[in-house]
Amino acid sequence: MSFPSRSHRRDTHGFNHPLSSEITPRAAYEGRRDLLKLMAGGAAGAALATFAGREAFAQATGPHKLALLPGAKSAVPGAQTMEKLTDYKDASSYNNYYEFGVDKGDPVKNAGTLKTRPWTVEVEGLVKKPGKYGIEDLLKLSAQEERIYRLRCVEGWSMVIPWVGYSLAELIKKVEPQGNAKFVEFVTLADPKTMPFVGSRVLDWPYTEGLRMDEAMHPLTLLAFGMYGEVLPNQNGAPVRLVVPWKYGFKSAKSIVKIRFVEKEPSTAWNKAAAQEYGFYSNVNPTVDHPRWSQATERRIGDGGGLFAKRRKTEMFNGYEAQVGQLYAGMDLKKNY
Amino acid sequence: MLNKLLMHPATKPVVFLLCLLPFARLAFGAFTEGLGANPAEFLIRATGDWTLRFICIVLAVTPLRVIAKLNALARLRRMLGLFAYFYVVLHLLCYSWFDMGFEWGEIAKDIAKRPFILVGFSAFVLLTPLAATSFNRAIKAMGAKRWQLLHKLVYGIAGLGLLHFSWMRAGKNNFAEVFVYAAIIGVLLAWRVWNFARKRQVKQTVAVRGGEKPLRTG
Repeated sequence: MSFPSRSHRRDTHGFNHPLSSEITPRAAYEGRRDLLKLMAGGAAGAALATFAGREAFAQATGPHKLALLPGAKSAVPGAQTMEKLTDYKDASSYNNYYEFGVDKGDPVKNAGTLKTRPWTVEVEGLVKKPGKYGIEDLLKLSAQEERIYRLRCVEGWSMVIPWVGYSLAELIKKVEPQGNAKFVEFVTLADPKTMPFVGSRVLDWPYTEGLRMDEAMHPLTLLAFGMYGEVLPNQNGAPVRLVVPWKYGFKSAKSIVKIRFVEKEPSTAWNKAAAQEYGFYSNVNPTVDHPRWSQATERRIGDGGGLFAKRRKTEMFNGYEAQVGQLYAGMDLKKNY
Repeated sequence: MLNKLLMHPATKPVVFLLCLLPFARLAFGAFTEGLGANPAEFLIRATGDWTLRFICIVLAVTPLRVIAKLNALARLRRMLGLFAYFYVVLHLLCYSWFDMGFEWGEIAKDIAKRPFILVGFSAFVLLTPLAATSFNRAIKAMGAKRWQLLHKLVYGIAGLGLLHFSWMRAGKNNFAEVFVYAAIIGVLLAWRVWNFARKRQVKQTVAVRGGEKPLRTG
């Protein structure tokens, strides 16, 4: 078995098709992933783990239709899962973004109208340095990192996505929250001119989300600007969104326009719509069911076997328990769902 | 004229094939990866949608027949009803297979635990005797009166199906489609109530002349 060069995957000129003889056979490719997993697990020492990580970085390329946004491999613990990445096509065509329609196929069709430049994010509330940040400044505020996270939707499906961004904590440290700032509220764009479903009665617009300060400061909490080595496609929440990998996907607000530091727990969009179904915390938890469906398992989009792939067991905190479990020590997670 | 067309020997096979189109589209999509990122969800939802649509279609037969005097429509009613059953069987099969991996214990627990699944499952159970008694000999064996009474269950089944659907959508606060189906089924059932009241009036006035012949609605 030979390992042909995969340099074409890093090609920045679009579709430079490799010779068919160069394409790695699926079996060899998957076998290598297992090997890489072993290596990254430490079995073969730190040097090999670094090598394995570099392979994962090379894997995360989009279709080169959008501006490139490369990120260095992240050193944050938990930010480099070695699971098979979801296809870019699936990750960018199966979205919940209600401002562009309630069907998961709607956002990719309708989000073309979203204007992502100019874009400013207003930081306000209990901070010493409030202000308006232009997207260009935000992009440069800290080094861009690639983070490969599992994404678990409250509806029972999941993906693995290579995001590009940096820890929200970097921004928070810059704006210096006051001592009484206990929560962070995220307000997203609600522009009826470009978003056809703003005004529908499904939710109260704008869509808002919130985190406790320690959750917002956790290094895994990502302010994301890109995915698959490129800037975010509109339907995935361009130009800047939140990614909180241990919580259900709806906590990760898209197309953020305001970050507000507050003392009291902010109300959040889905909690307002159905409080008994969507709590403020909404941590991924296989033992606490949604009132109408079980959360014990999930369907991984694009899993081998397609239609006949078995559902996977959902992990506590979406598999990030080692990193975030201590945030909730002593809390009743059944009550604080 | 339209009656004549409906009586044409080719009408039934053509309608039969039309009713199979959604199934063909789903089967084709399933084998060609044409059902999007989550084919399991697509199949489960699409078969549910088509069940509800066929319930609406079959409930529309009698009102249309009476209002538009399309008596020949009655020939198609049984087949349309059986297609509603066909799609609900597919719906249940997709759920049991793709969502539950045919783990019967889990399925039983799921039905008991989740009200919206229980309601949907009840609708399926109630529809089963209707499908099972859809052949002529069953009508004869049961007697038309009792057979008709049994088949009135479809009104309740339509309500359960609607509840199942709206409960499913409640999680995402997305009731637009639910209202469309509810409006259609509501109108079709309201017409029956109105028609029943009207017929009773007519009956009372013509009773002196020996009454009307019972409608055969096979």
